Amino acid sequence: MKPVAFEHSTATTLDEARALLTAGAKPLAGGQSLGPMLNLRLVRPEHVVDIKRLPGLRGFTESETHLTLGAATTHAEIEDGRVPDVTNGLMRHVAQGIAYRAVRNRGTLGGSLAHADPAADWPSVMAALGATLLTSGGRRLPADGFVRAPFTTLLEDGEIITAVEIPRLPPGARWGYCKINRKIGEFAKAIGIATPTRLLAGAVEGPPTLLDRVEDIPARLPWLDAAAQRLAAIAVTRAQAMRDS
Amino acid sequence: MGKQGVGAALPRREDDRFLRGRGRYVADIAMAGMREVAFLRSPVAHGIVRGVRAPQGSMVFTMADLDGVQPIRAPSALPGFRRTDQWPLANGRVRQVGEPIAMIVAATRAEAEDILDAITLDIEELPPATDMLAHRAGPPIHEGWADNVVLHSLVEDDLSAVQAPIVVRRRLRTARQHMAPLEGRGVVARWDTRLAQLEMHTSSQMVHVTKTGLAECLGLPESAVRIISPDVGGGFGYKGILLQEEVAIGWLARRLGGTPLRWIEDRREGLSAQANCREHHYDITVHADHDGTILALDCEAHVDVGAYSAYPFSACLEGAQIGSILPGPYVVPRYRCRTWSVATNKPPILPYRGVARTGVCYALETTLDAVARAGGLDPIAVRLRNLPGPADMPYTNVTKKIFDSGDYPEALRRAAEAMDREGFAARQRAARDEGRLLGQGFAIFCEQGAHGTSVYHGWGIPFVPGAEPCQARLTPDGGLELRVGVHSHGQGMETTLAQVAHEILGVPVERVQLIHGDTALTPYSTGTWGSRCAVMAGGAVAEACTELRNRLLPIGQHLLQAPDAVFEDGAVRAGNASVTVAEMARTFHRAPQNLTEAMQARGLECTAGHKTVRDTGTFSYAAHAVEIEVDPATGHVDLLRYVIVEDGGVLLNPLVADGQVLGGTAQGIGTALFEEMPYDAAGQPLASTFADYMLPGASDVPDIEILHMETPSPISRFGQKGIGESGAIGPPAAIVNAINDAIAHLGREVTDIPATPERVLAALAAPAIHGPADTGRPNRGGAA
Repeated sequence: MKPVAFEHSTATTLDEARALLTAGAKPLAGGQSLGPMLNLRLVRPEHVVDIKRLPGLRGFTESETHLTLGAATTHAEIEDGRVPDVTNGLMRHVAQGIAYRAVRNRGTLGGSLAHADPAADWPSVMAALGATLLTSGGRRLPADGFVRAPFTTLLEDGEIITAVEIPRLPPGARWGYCKINRKIGEFAKAIGIATPTRLLAGAVEGPPTLLDRVEDIPARLPWLDAAAQRLAAIAVTRAQAMRDS
Repeated sequence: MGKQGVGAALPRREDDRFLRGRGRYVADIAMAGMREVAFLRSPVAHGIVRGVRAPQGSMVFTMADLDGVQPIRAPSALPGFRRTDQWPLANGRVRQVGEPIAMIVAATRAEAEDILDAITLDIEELPPATDMLAHRAGPPIHEGWADNVVLHSLVEDDLSAVQAPIVVRRRLRTARQHMAPLEGRGVVARWDTRLAQLEMHTSSQMVHVTKTGLAECLGLPESAVRIISPDVGGGFGYKGILLQEEVAIGWLARRLGGTPLRWIEDRREGLSAQANCREHHYDITVHADHDGTILALDCEAHVDVGAYSAYPFSACLEGAQIGSILPGPYVVPRYRCRTWSVATNKPPILPYRGVARTGVCYALETTLDAVARAGGLDPIAVRLRNLPGPADMPYTNVTKKIFDSGDYPEALRRAAEAMDREGFAARQRAARDEGRLLGQGFAIFCEQGAHGTSVYHGWGIPFVPGAEPCQARLTPDGGLELRVGVHSHGQGMETTLAQVAHEILGVPVERVQLIHGDTALTPYSTGTWGSRCAVMAGGAVAEACTELRNRLLPIGQHLLQAPDAVFEDGAVRAGNASVTVAEMARTFHRAPQNLTEAMQARGLECTAGHKTVRDTGTFSYAAHAVEIEVDPATGHVDLLRYVIVEDGGVLLNPLVADGQVLGGTAQGIGTALFEEMPYDAAGQPLASTFADYMLPGASDVPDIEILHMETPSPISRFGQKGIGESGAIGPPAAIVNAINDAIAHLGREVTDIPATPERVLAALAAPAIHGPADTGRPNRGGAA
């Protein structure tokens, strides 16, 4: 279980990264998904480019309305409160439930979004929060709709996420988050999120999906079988109950 | 310095290096010029290898290259047992996914895998046998066999006269599992040109057995093989097997004449190619009286043993054990059990912690709960009615097992009391009113450990344990070296065996060095398995230290010039005068002029062997009790409380005993709720990473409360009993009984483990089981 031989370089400017990525290099941030895939030889890139030290990918800025987190912010930094929280604890709660601490120490917010594993937390959370993804191509992509299909996003060849702009939840606004999985830290089978204004069903085989009401699941997630729809409904119902309790 | 002898709760001495990351495992060994090995493995479950084309100039070996190497053979003398030949590299046929076909050598593992990728493999696929019930009759996976039965065993009482008002029949299945020690297998080997000896480091729990097996396969005298197992990161049975990889690498190391070779099993190889465990199917019927008294037990059991009989325990172990231990701790007047060990195109199974006990405890204990439900009885009361009492001890059960000592009913009563059994019914009702499903489950079992020659001789497997040896040596500075043929890899023996030595000789535990895991340095032993080390190695250390004490006493008496002096607290004493063990050791080694010629001749180094008073084994026993909540929407099971009442006899070290029970229980929770190695109809393993093979994590194991009873065993040196496997036996039975208790009012039951959310939901959706109407008939006839 060792990867095929590949070139490895560390990009120091966005332009340099873009050139390598456009030529077919794989971007490496935390490596928590890419690493195992390399070792299993499921991906066999000729070139891997380390992007986590690119300018602008670390750190944060705050405004009246938003928090902007660098894409290379780790799950652990969010969990530990080393970056501000504008979601009344939702993001910290989510972060501490991602995989295990060793994974959280390295895995990044932007990497998780770009990888677009349907079982991951951040694609669902960012869609539910109405976040916006900023890219190296200068685009602003709404998180809702960013994941087109499992492991498929709106990113173009050579384009990476540089930051995530997260709107502030109003003070005192409540939320509910329900992740159904076999055990703590495992891949989710269903995620339900309830913010003051939105409901979302995620972590199912497909893009996270905003709902008006739980009953919309069969119509809005028609690609799921009945059992998966049922699990999604349980997750959303429980998230809603948590928010409203 | 407090008390350090038998019974002292000393923290484990070995933990200092383990907790600081300073253990030294096979993968930590680096040798100059070392090259890496990878194995090309079969991608199909059953087939004929037609061709292996390697890239030009690469170092790739197939079985055709391994001149004179014999297959691994683990026979059994049990009547009807069919032997298999397990070649180190495929010799024509492959019979499981992952079977090694070719051995590749390169400078790094990555380069070896590059070569592996470039090999063209031509395999003609054959239809696989993947289900022990469906494929028992064939098509046979071994040439010349009429079917796939490796062994059919029979314990036959005539049940025709049994007239029971309660007859409960269940069909139950336990999943195939992988043992998943933290450290996988691994080998570093080289030919030592000075000693003309193969020196192999391998992660094993039984170095001497590996040495013998390897010598036989390679056609070498045993003097030409040395096996070393350094720190080993968990065994559980996974490291009690001679590997094909060890034989192939051993051959190559010898041929290369000095170049060190290394193969470190990666997790995917471990999960998909190496041995599995536990896959059983039971068709079990309990006949009981109105009050729950067992009148007869009848069972047909199948074991999926995989493609080959693993060395040395062989493919007969689980099946034969089911027949002999299914009656559990109970008084069973009539008993019939037929077992079939069935070969399939999957990896061989090995005895995993608990061996067949986990499965039989699950089968019997869940069926007894069904008896209680059918009869409107309390499951505790049913068990109490059938357990032998303390006055019955020693008790010889229906299969001639001799339960040595204990108060089985008291263990169960204490567990029930600890769980607030009386108050639970009200809590359960109140929860149901809120739509919550609470359940309590109990299981009680006994564990035969440290059984010896007479028991294993009957099975005719390649190794029969005899007297367990220990070499003890006093060094000139008063230190004590203990050399044992067992291996400590989590059992804490560097602490407990030092405590035994302290008990006899009074040498401080800090001055005792345990040497193990090296055939060149330790006496021959079958190694660590069968919950035997506390009893057997503990007894051996006591024997050897007693012999040393017998040799020291006259030395002390001579030095004190006091013929009546006695040995006490690490010194020979006469009145106020004394001479310590360290002083006597120093005199012996460095001032022999002060001793008589006879004293000088005897030496302060001796080997002694130990056998228990009777070699039928110690019987520890335990009651497991658990309270759970079932989520009716998701099928998720939450463990709320877990209590174990454990009787391991006299505990050499209560901390170590607790650690053994806790670790085993975590694994048992895995068996109950998480772990499953599924195969598809083509024989492909569906869990080749930990994303798919689900192990319990820290957050899935509740705080486990252990209550001890300490009934001495009459047959062991200090009254200690083997409990190393105990924790892994009870959880599936107790947890599924709790689940079934939680959903009993719905008339539903879980029958197969692990009780995944999917299985629990399926049980909740299944047609209700009605007590008497579904109790079935006594199970007769042989066909599946």
